[in-house]
Amino acid sequence: MSIMGTRVVRTEDAAFLSRGARYTDDLELVGALHLTLVRSPVAHARIASIDVEEARSAPGVVAVLTAADVDLTPALLYEGADKAMVRPFLASEVVRFVGEPVAAVLTEEAYQGQDAADLVEVDYDPLPVVVGIKAAATDEVLLFPDAGTNTSNGFGHDKEFDPDFFDGCDVVVTREIVNQRLAAAPLETRAASAEWGQDGRLTLWCSTQGAQAARDEVAGWLGIDAEQVHVITPDVGGGFGAKIGADPEFALVAWLARHVGRPVRWNETRSENMTGMVHGRAQLHTLTIGGNRDGKVLAYRLDVLQDGGAYPRLGGLLPQLTLLMAPAVYDIERVESRARVLVTNTTSVGAYRGAGRPEATVAIERAMDLFAAEIGMDPAEVRRRNLLAPEAFPLVTKGGAPYDSGEYEKALDAVLEASGYAALRAEQAARRERGDIVQLGLGVSVFVEITAGGVFSEDAAVEVHPDGSVTVLTGTSPHGQGHATAWAMLANEHLDIPIEKITVKHGDTDLIPRGLGTMGSRSLQTGGVAVYQAAGELVELAKRRAADVLEASVDDLVIERGAVVVKGTDSSVTLSDLAAREALRVDSNFSSGAPSFPFGAHVAVVEVDVESGKVVVDRIITVDDAGPILNPLLAEGQRHGGIAQGIAQALLEEVVYDEDGNPLTATFADYGIPSAAELPSFTLLDMATPTHLNPLGVKGVGEAGTIGATPAVQSAVIDALSHLGVRHIDMPLTPLRVWEAIEGAK
Amino acid sequence: MKVEITVNGADTSADVEPRLLLAHYLRDVVGLKATNIGCDTTSCGACTVLLDGESVKSCTLLAAQVDGQSVTTMEGLSSEGDDLHPVPAAFRTEHGLQCGFCTPGMVMAAVGLLAENPKPTEREIREGLEGNLCRCTGYHNIVRAVIAASGQDPDTVQGAAIHQGHAEVAPAGGVQAAPGFSVSSAAHASAATSTEGNAA
Repeated sequence: MSIMGTRVVRTEDAAFLSRGARYTDDLELVGALHLTLVRSPVAHARIASIDVEEARSAPGVVAVLTAADVDLTPALLYEGADKAMVRPFLASEVVRFVGEPVAAVLTEEAYQGQDAADLVEVDYDPLPVVVGIKAAATDEVLLFPDAGTNTSNGFGHDKEFDPDFFDGCDVVVTREIVNQRLAAAPLETRAASAEWGQDGRLTLWCSTQGAQAARDEVAGWLGIDAEQVHVITPDVGGGFGAKIGADPEFALVAWLARHVGRPVRWNETRSENMTGMVHGRAQLHTLTIGGNRDGKVLAYRLDVLQDGGAYPRLGGLLPQLTLLMAPAVYDIERVESRARVLVTNTTSVGAYRGAGRPEATVAIERAMDLFAAEIGMDPAEVRRRNLLAPEAFPLVTKGGAPYDSGEYEKALDAVLEASGYAALRAEQAARRERGDIVQLGLGVSVFVEITAGGVFSEDAAVEVHPDGSVTVLTGTSPHGQGHATAWAMLANEHLDIPIEKITVKHGDTDLIPRGLGTMGSRSLQTGGVAVYQAAGELVELAKRRAADVLEASVDDLVIERGAVVVKGTDSSVTLSDLAAREALRVDSNFSSGAPSFPFGAHVAVVEVDVESGKVVVDRIITVDDAGPILNPLLAEGQRHGGIAQGIAQALLEEVVYDEDGNPLTATFADYGIPSAAELPSFTLLDMATPTHLNPLGVKGVGEAGTIGATPAVQSAVIDALSHLGVRHIDMPLTPLRVWEAIEGAK
Repeated sequence: MKVEITVNGADTSADVEPRLLLAHYLRDVVGLKATNIGCDTTSCGACTVLLDGESVKSCTLLAAQVDGQSVTTMEGLSSEGDDLHPVPAAFRTEHGLQCGFCTPGMVMAAVGLLAENPKPTEREIREGLEGNLCRCTGYHNIVRAVIAASGQDPDTVQGAAIHQGHAEVAPAGGVQAAPGFSVSSAAHASAATSTEGNAA
């Protein structure tokens, strides 16, 4: 009798569905001023002058400040970047992207802030603009003359590729492909509120995926000890990687609150968010694949250029993950890769769902399709002939990744069978034969990803209270994933106390000083396991204490309904009674010591109107094997959301800049987030291959759907047109691009 | 200017700027925070409320335009969390929400949709909710929730408009316990109240 693996509905939903969740901007903060930021409307310019006088005299204005008034030291936002590529908190001499903060306006009311911000006069002397990674690589125009280069960092980027690398291959195919820039676009934009106490400590409420990291970053930027900062994370309206840690605006909010001696709150608009919050992806790949006509791939090369945006952030790290995962699920004898990260006059690039791994997967899956087309073999069959075999695990790949477990062919077989792949191929052939206007396309992807990469450990505490309630403290930081429910299930499994009596707390740095937050599909396999372990240790502690109370041997004690019971007797003492005698709390830490590697396979079935280029996704059938599933309701939700974002990248979404660095997709009216009408329902298949890295055998699932779906859908559209000679179309596969590809192939 | 607006059955009134949006009136004047604002181009629908029973985006209306009318927000549907209105209750059962930000607007849009079309097909639901964006769920479970709230069986209705046979292979309706954990037929005693019998 176990709660593990059951469809428990969320405990947090009762509040979310009646009074609503409580996000940062929902919190009352008496006497708070509203911050409105004046942001640069130009991509690259020298600031000639700023006139704030008229704004200062506008109604409700308390202060208008520019860089000259703010004594924060410009910060290096990614430690691996060139040390000259620092970002000021308000631009002082030069602006480097549209959306860079230039002045801060503090007003009594929010509407007054918008009025006053319009009155700030900034004179910009335009500088030549760098848009596009290749333009940046020429170093003709430098964003940071002190750096002497636009290259912020790289991974083997100065090495020469082996000229003999593809020797012995019957067929070699090479192609440049774009992994386009995306906006994470969580429905809740960024927000922060700050208040300084009489004791000189800062309380900062902010929307983040990790309060402790936000605390450390903000303290560092302010130049104060982390102990002086108390970060509280209210409910968070989505993050998708773009809310990892803190944003520079958070420190500015805190600095301004201290400067004016009043609380300050900031809640950006969507248009600000689309240029101010980090973007994702933004890679340019040159891939080369070589092999034999029997379908065996012998060599694969991936050359990555990463657009880091104006000020390098986590985007500087993304290609490292791309290279690590480059060979993916395949047993390829020779793999070589390199990556260079460049700055451009655009919004900084950071993590977005998958963060480096979807890029790797799209690259190898496109390579497989191009190779398959060249040798005239079915793309599913080519994949099958190159998959790593189950008996090879654990193994270290040519990319350097320590794979734990995998059953790739089984996953592929499952989606092929469930999709009715052979019948669909026959249907496709019939439509081609008839010359139908609406053609059928099948896309297959097999993928593996790294989860909990780099950060393997997490803290947890479990405490039973005298009233019978339980508190769980976690260093993970849910923003939709349902940890309040899932972590309560894990505690319930040991304590046998109803989950309604278990409160899971996160995101308060005074209460939980250590924690690494929620990102990289890490939470269950680190923080969740830590909760499970802590609850188990609490039971052992309770049994030792109960043995004295009950005058029984520890070996004869079991847990039943929140009580320690002497097996086969009526003799018992409740955990709450034990807690009343002496605090009953266990703090624990779990470290898996290594990342895990979930995997899966997707089949996408699309229909393409060859006259208009319009694509409809009919079906997507997926295996996303993340080991045993604690709560299928939650895990399926993660898969659904991931699949939708994968389809969205394949077909709809792209952050676009014009040649002057003006963003053309800076509102929800211009950026193509899919609605319900553009998506199908999803077919999810179950598969659970455990990892040996933690006692539950679980891996991460938050990003799987995105990683598998993106290449499957892209491949499906191209597959629908393969008989017309189309071999590749860059994402997003909009009707115009599809139509152009059809016309181009004629 | 003075406005008088009935919100969730209660009379409210205030002196407001003529430009004040209804969304801000609800959040900042009345203090009802469930209604969220997710964009500035009336695209996302997070601010959807009912105006005299019809769903509208409260960021596209001035408070002044609503003077004398009646507004319902999500707070007005259910008095408290353990006694949810059928639509939010279905969102809970079908896991039709994750981060919760789009949820109040999505729920109100769904209430408006079902008032106009009590037994919608999957396609009608998808088209009907086109003005409400969700970044977390991929809409799969939102669609299920609306089907369930209409008194229909999601396992039967979902997918029917697109292709036959989807529901049979979708584990969302097909399994009670996940693979990997060995679970006996009955759920854990203490969890039974929260475990939904979601089997097909």
